[in-house]
Amino acid sequence: MATPLLEMRNIGKRFPGVVALSGVDFLLQRGEVHSLMGENGAGKSTLIKVLTGVYERDGGSIRLDGRAINPHSPLHAQRHGIATVYQEVNLLPNLSVAENILLGREPRTLGKVNWRSMRRRARRALERLNIDIDVTRDLSTFSIAIQQMVAIARVLDISSKVLVLDEPTSSLDQDEVAKLFEVIRQLRSEGMGIVFITHFIDQVYAISDRITVLRNGSLIGSYEAAQLPRVELVARMLGKELTEFQRQDRPHGSSDGDDARPPFLKISGLGRSGTLEPVDLEVRSGEIVALAGLLGAGRTELAQLIFGVIRPSHGTVEINDKRVAVTSPKKAIMLGMALCPEDRKGQALIEDLSVRENIVLALKAQRGLFGSIGRRQQEAIAEQYIRALNIKTPSPEQAVRFLSGGNQQKVVIARWLAVSPHLLILDEPTRGIDVGAKAEVLKLILDLAGEGMSILFISAEMEEVVNVSDRVVVLRDHKKIGELRSGDASITKIMETIAQES
Amino acid sequence: MTFGRSRNILWSLAALAAVLLFNLLFTPRFFDLRMDSGHLYGSLVDILNRAAPVVLTGLGMTLVIATGGIDLSVGSVMAISGAVASILITVNHAPVAVVIIVPLLVTTIIGLWNGVLVAFLDIQPFIATLILMVSGRGIAQLITSGQIVIFTNRSFQFIGEGDFLALPFTVTISLLMFLVAFLGTRTTSVGTFIEAVGSNPVASSYTGIPSRMMKLIAYAFSGLCAGIAGLIVASDIRAADSNNAGLDIELDAILAVVLGGTSLAGGKFFLAGSVIGALIIQTLTTTILIRDINPAMALVVKAAVVIGVSLLQSSAFRARLALIPSLWRVRHERTAPEVGAKSLE
Repeated sequence: MATPLLEMRNIGKRFPGVVALSGVDFLLQRGEVHSLMGENGAGKSTLIKVLTGVYERDGGSIRLDGRAINPHSPLHAQRHGIATVYQEVNLLPNLSVAENILLGREPRTLGKVNWRSMRRRARRALERLNIDIDVTRDLSTFSIAIQQMVAIARVLDISSKVLVLDEPTSSLDQDEVAKLFEVIRQLRSEGMGIVFITHFIDQVYAISDRITVLRNGSLIGSYEAAQLPRVELVARMLGKELTEFQRQDRPHGSSDGDDARPPFLKISGLGRSGTLEPVDLEVRSGEIVALAGLLGAGRTELAQLIFGVIRPSHGTVEINDKRVAVTSPKKAIMLGMALCPEDRKGQALIEDLSVRENIVLALKAQRGLFGSIGRRQQEAIAEQYIRALNIKTPSPEQAVRFLSGGNQQKVVIARWLAVSPHLLILDEPTRGIDVGAKAEVLKLILDLAGEGMSILFISAEMEEVVNVSDRVVVLRDHKKIGELRSGDASITKIMETIAQES
Repeated sequence: MTFGRSRNILWSLAALAAVLLFNLLFTPRFFDLRMDSGHLYGSLVDILNRAAPVVLTGLGMTLVIATGGIDLSVGSVMAISGAVASILITVNHAPVAVVIIVPLLVTTIIGLWNGVLVAFLDIQPFIATLILMVSGRGIAQLITSGQIVIFTNRSFQFIGEGDFLALPFTVTISLLMFLVAFLGTRTTSVGTFIEAVGSNPVASSYTGIPSRMMKLIAYAFSGLCAGIAGLIVASDIRAADSNNAGLDIELDAILAVVLGGTSLAGGKFFLAGSVIGALIIQTLTTTILIRDINPAMALVVKAAVVIGVSLLQSSAFRARLALIPSLWRVRHERTAPEVGAKSLE
């Protein structure tokens, strides 16, 4: 095989306290679309940032066309012919298309910008992508897809050998994706090497020649796309061998055959255009329903729709067979729902307040401004949950920000338990907490369901999903694609569902 | 860090004590008090009296800042309050209760207006309250037809000039409003909710806290406090001076809040701290006046003290201060730098 276009060898990158990349190899051939796959935090974007000079690597070598290079800034990488188009279009919406394409490189005559030549060059750059638009119009008047094309045209005009597309399709609809793929194929036929990053598995198989999988900052392997079945890809991303899993017995009574119970929550066709396609879902009393899927599959969005954080554009919500409109989290709480959000620091904790104040907060909110709870009673409630959930804090008056992640999570759960909701939605309750706390949180979930609480459980950890839930709803690409009953739900099954072709 | 709340107050108290100590040492007769026909006189009494407008606007400002906002309009609102009162006295010859209640209603509604702009229309607090800061004095002048309205009304004058329990009545007003604010926020959920909204608005809304209501309450209360301060100033000079009543007081109020340990970023608030902050500012001003310092110099002195107090309250700065001896030790004993870091805890 000829020398690869781009050869990254043994790349290492360390941040304080974390090894982001270790010993990663990445080879890109001319005329190849190469997908970089991995869960969030796998090291994809770190690798790209090392390549484009945003980060300085701690070890390893980068060779372009056989010559060693040392990109130390995005501009420097661009001079070598490595161009990047990011997820969010980072152009200037209030300038014309032509100005955007040639910004900083305006053709000049006697020091003055030569507008005619500028328009000509912009048109030529877009022609290469088979796009014919009025280049004098403001960029903002075009769709996101066209803006993305303009971003590509801009980097192509600088004439590049390597094009990195970082999640370029996440804000595009189907037709726009098709259009983008046409452009990618065109560039591939011209001999360019293209690195493609996306969460959408269908798109990976639609466009890539090869796939490189990263996990936890390490290289898992590079494969010919045609020879890597989807299930295998998902397994490698998640780091599970297919044979490895056996379903463990549920410690609490299985609820099989209990379907006669009326659902506490029933949603029909609930969705929001651009966010989540219509989903049907039921949760019964004492039932644990899990939402499974890869990151970015739409699990959090579904939770937020149910809890009234984002407004649905269609569909209905019924609680105890009564149709309700959940227009805000406050409304959802009044209807007996509670949400422990994924982003603990950003969306749940009030870091300035103490453990006690955080625990009684939802209860206070429920009682209103003047339905005050005496200090004694607050302390009693806080003490009760600190003991029940084994929250490790020197005192209830400790500011919550000084607690460890696991204990902070328990404080958030305690906050909701204090208002005894009918339905508790837990979005990644075990993320970023240590193993011991994880086990405690999972046991708590089972206990609560045993007491009759309905639980909607979101987790990226397949074992947790399988071990804890009565039913598993599988989402992919912002769509519900399947539902597995507790008897058939295995990790293999879930992964097959995620990987099946749509 | 468990005692962060009381510790912040301690730093403010220490600063106040330092300014008083300076006066004890260098300003003769600063602490002299004398009784004359049932009234107490002296520099300390004067400080308590003069501090009232900053104490009052500072209380309102504390709640507003705790929600993550700011209220620049308090000075102009004071002018409006005085203007309304003066017209009620001179034109309508209204009874004193009306002269007090109507201006306070007006300024509370003005505060609500600020709150609506911030909470419902999502206008940045700085801009939303800047609108009234700029236009408020114009409104006050429209009310008084551009005149400085001079009045005599013995009952109304009691607010700014009267004595109660041997002390100026303004001290009673300040104390009363402090109690209203303290009990209103700390015996109900209002205080916690305001702190939650200021500390993390997203998490607050996820928890079902009525964040808009909290902002409305904070701005309305600020309007009420500014209204009372406006009545005090008008009553004290027996006139409504739309151009000068409460001029630049928003800056002193913000300063009092910050000196009191409440962060401008919002979150935890300390009402007692703000009162101490206002007293620090007034003690400085009075000191400078008594010591006959060149007025131009006076502002510089004030700035220097403010910098000092702010530095004392900065935990980053205190950490560095604490490092100095250990750095010195490290250099001389060649011990590991960790020793220095440990000694910070």
